[in-house]
Amino acid sequence: MTQVPGDLRFTKTHEWVRQLDNGMVEIGISDHAQHALGDLVFVEVPEDGRELAVGDACAVVESVKAASDVYAPVAGTVVAGNPALAAAPELVNQDCYGAGWLMRLQPANKDYAASLLAPADYESVLAAEGG
Amino acid sequence: MPFIPHTEAEVRDMLATIGVPAIDNLFDEIPRNLRCDGLPGIPEALNEQEIGRLMSERAARDGRPICLLGAGAYEHHIPSAVWAITTRGEFYSAYTPYQAEASQGTLQSIYEYQTMMASLTGLEVSNATLYDGASAVAEAALMAVRAHRRSRSLRILVARTVHPHYRKVAISTAGNQGLRFEELPFERGTGITDPAALKAYEGQDITALVIQQPNFFGALEDVDALTDWAHANNMLVIAVVNPTSLALLKPPGQWGAKGADIAVGEGQPLGVPLSSGGPYFGFMTSRMEYVRQMPGRIVGRTVDLNGHEGFTLTLQAREQHIRRGKATSNICTNQGLLMTAATIYMSLMGPQGLARVAAACHARSAELVDRLTAVKGVRLAFNRPRFHEAVLLLDRPVQPVLQALQSAGVLGGFDLATDYPELGAALLVCATETRTSADIELCAAAFANVLRQVKHAS
Amino acid sequence: MQADPSKVKTEPVIFQHSRPGRGAFGQWPAAMPEAALADIPAALRRQSAPCLPEVSELDVVRHFTRLSQLNFSIDTHFYPLGSCTMKYNPKACNQYAMLPEFTGRHPLAPESQGQGFLACMYELQEMLKEVTGMRGVSLNPMAGAHGEFAGVAMIRAYHRARGDLRRNEIIVPEAAHGTNPATATMCGCTVREVPVDAHGDVVLDELRKAVGPNTAGIMLTNPSTLGVFERRIEDVERIVRDAGGLLYYDGANLNAILGKVRPGDMGFDVMHMNLHKTFSTPHGGGGPGAGAVGVAERLLPFMPIPVVGRDGDNYRWLGEKDLPQSIGRLSAFAGNAGVLLRAYIYMRMLGREGMQRVGEYSTLNANYLFKRLQSIGFDAAYPDRRASHEFILTLRRQARDLGVTAMDVAKRLLDYGFHAPTTYFPLLVPECLLIEPTETESKEALDGFVDAMAAILQEAATDAEQLKGAPYTMPVRRLDDVRAAKHLDLTWKPAA
Repeated sequence: MTQVPGDLRFTKTHEWVRQLDNGMVEIGISDHAQHALGDLVFVEVPEDGRELAVGDACAVVESVKAASDVYAPVAGTVVAGNPALAAAPELVNQDCYGAGWLMRLQPANKDYAASLLAPADYESVLAAEGG
Repeated sequence: MPFIPHTEAEVRDMLATIGVPAIDNLFDEIPRNLRCDGLPGIPEALNEQEIGRLMSERAARDGRPICLLGAGAYEHHIPSAVWAITTRGEFYSAYTPYQAEASQGTLQSIYEYQTMMASLTGLEVSNATLYDGASAVAEAALMAVRAHRRSRSLRILVARTVHPHYRKVAISTAGNQGLRFEELPFERGTGITDPAALKAYEGQDITALVIQQPNFFGALEDVDALTDWAHANNMLVIAVVNPTSLALLKPPGQWGAKGADIAVGEGQPLGVPLSSGGPYFGFMTSRMEYVRQMPGRIVGRTVDLNGHEGFTLTLQAREQHIRRGKATSNICTNQGLLMTAATIYMSLMGPQGLARVAAACHARSAELVDRLTAVKGVRLAFNRPRFHEAVLLLDRPVQPVLQALQSAGVLGGFDLATDYPELGAALLVCATETRTSADIELCAAAFANVLRQVKHAS
Repeated sequence: MQADPSKVKTEPVIFQHSRPGRGAFGQWPAAMPEAALADIPAALRRQSAPCLPEVSELDVVRHFTRLSQLNFSIDTHFYPLGSCTMKYNPKACNQYAMLPEFTGRHPLAPESQGQGFLACMYELQEMLKEVTGMRGVSLNPMAGAHGEFAGVAMIRAYHRARGDLRRNEIIVPEAAHGTNPATATMCGCTVREVPVDAHGDVVLDELRKAVGPNTAGIMLTNPSTLGVFERRIEDVERIVRDAGGLLYYDGANLNAILGKVRPGDMGFDVMHMNLHKTFSTPHGGGGPGAGAVGVAERLLPFMPIPVVGRDGDNYRWLGEKDLPQSIGRLSAFAGNAGVLLRAYIYMRMLGREGMQRVGEYSTLNANYLFKRLQSIGFDAAYPDRRASHEFILTLRRQARDLGVTAMDVAKRLLDYGFHAPTTYFPLLVPECLLIEPTETESKEALDGFVDAMAAILQEAATDAEQLKGAPYTMPVRRLDDVRAAKHLDLTWKPAA
């Protein structure tokens, strides 16, 4: 049973977004995505300071059977990529909504959440895909 | 029918199982108007005796003259064991090692090859071959664009002393993706890249610099200075090198303060015969930090369910069969059999044997140059240390001289008129360890004879 | 089936056979005095020896012979790998391609010292034109993917030459081989995928929506990668042509139609052939291949150089001057010449009749296996279609009911002495096995394969756990490829 936490927002391409207290956002990939990929062997995160538009390919998650792009769900500036993933890409499999976060951004607009999916809507997307 | 084992009885049985009266019925999904009615333009079959005869006759027509040609393909002694083992059915008719348990022979050979090539070039990781040296340069340029994070340009500086065919292939292959190759001129006196020409590019956003060592003329480039300059100007360094020479010359990983970033070249000198230009193999090695940008297959060592050592293709997520449109390259089939031959060759030669081959090439080419420049009308083009090739200038057009030499059973070298017209009547000559002193004497005599007789162009 | 200890892989890496001072001395030239190297500047000299093994000649022979014995190969095993065409590689092809005058010829030797070789190349071009129905052939590209690159580059060059710079989109069926979209990207094009229906045919309505003024062309394989003939190929052709696009034929499956249908007659503008599939040049553990390209009239000017031409009795290379609009040079010299010679020898030994039999008997063998495997309980992905020279089984039902996957069956087949069929491809069919027997396999080889598959199906029903641990009798058990990718061990290093 795939996990879809209630306090997050999602995209059709299986990214999640968490609003942080300091106004920044944290981004990762969903439980469905990490399960589909299998054991991750490598994660590439964007460099600090990079400017992203919505939909930009900004990270790569690589397993033995696939190397998938991660698309920026929010426009903004990269504040940090998760430094723990270089040595332990499996964190994304083990705790995709927690320790397996991919990056943190300073969002460019205040209303970024408007174009994201609420958890129930993301669940509908998953149901339609047959996942 | 050659190679088709079916008897009539078996065909009948099989058709009965399938449930059709004739083989032709198996094609009933294909629209009638598309079916072809035979292949009249194909000649009748030859049995093995007949084809053997035909091929022997054609081979005899071509003969085996003494060859002073280098220019990217080199005649070396190939130990008998190399092709005796390489053409064993288990290597020759094996498939790509996707099913690792059934391919440990191939996979372990690749791992050993990767180890040898990485070390030979002084770098950290190697792939399992590309098509040839020329396409390897193109792939290296594309790899540099992917790998160089702080450069947004698609500009690649290439020394004009890099093999002319390699430069052309780079453009044909990588030009479609927007890469622009800009040429660096060479100094007329030394035949190496002109350091003064570098100034124009300082402070510009250029992704990589491509240098060949020894260069196409056989001259030794100032690789340390060039590498340091490139790094100081935020460019990656792509080294194009001759594997035999690496037994004697400083490998790319040791160039300058930080070493080259990617090394490529033509692997043919390592146990692969000349065979009119192919199949050869391209090698590619690099620093470990770029391994995920490297095209082609890579083999890794791991363990199996019982904890025993085994080998498998790895990092496949970068490749075409998984990443498809975003793959590092579209390469699928590589030059695996030639890699096997090269690994066996390098094992037979070892570090000492390869060093001896390189030294003999150097000595023989020096001898060739001495004997040929003693002939009136021949002089050395460049004043610069060189390795196993040299450019000679003649006092008359090169083509008629080469034709006359050919009649005397000597292929005198490569005419540079098409690729380097600025040099005038220039000839690239090469001698490897396979040219004996007697061969060289014969060649020198042939040159002297021809230059006495062929009319001096006025 | 218990593991045979003698078969467990114990051959160490060759570096572990090294002993300082050992070598294959008989292969080395005489040493030169150090003075002979004095003119090489010290700063350019290598300081430490490379990591090459120091071993005797017998060490080398024994090591690599033992390694070879760890491989499956066509010479030793039935290899029904779909889309690879693992047919017998005739020994004559190797023997005569490696005559010393052929192996000893320098690529830059003058044409007058290569008329024998060039005659073979010219005749090969002509024969390939005849079997494909194309007007021109270049033998240059060194693999199928390389040929695809040439083909798409020619399509692009054609449009640009006509001033149509917008046409940068290549259409690819979603079932296409991965090299197709990868190639399109390498040529600076974008990729647009169109769906395939439940019968394996391109969905024409979707194709009509996909074409337009940006369409450079479509890349198709026929029979498709699903092992079935694209029945409405003429409709596909019309839709793409009407929109101004060209048609590219991926020749990977040419073995199915050799002598029966010609891509040129199907309306294709350009194609590549995989000489290491259809024309039986060796797979060599990964290569070398040869991806000759064929073109229709309108693409003749763009062919990659060099191409062999003929003036009367004299053969010569056609280069930049003869083909000024060529997409250029793709290899340092003339492509994989030795591979081309092998293909030539093979085609001469088959002759006119032999080539027709290739399509017929490869299709016969595939349909026979197709029927027999279904009759013992396997599901076909396209049960209503004829098999071409290959077909797909799907193990979706077994995966659902028994937890047994296509990969498990593939691995277990190794224990029965058969190389597994293709499993990772095509992506569209879940849990698939793509099976291509080729025409050189006998009926009893096919029957043996069916018997093994029946046994495995039985094992799946009675002891799935055992099956999932296969293979048991190979030199290694299943390998940890997650570990291989995470902890990269790509070169041997001496123990610290």
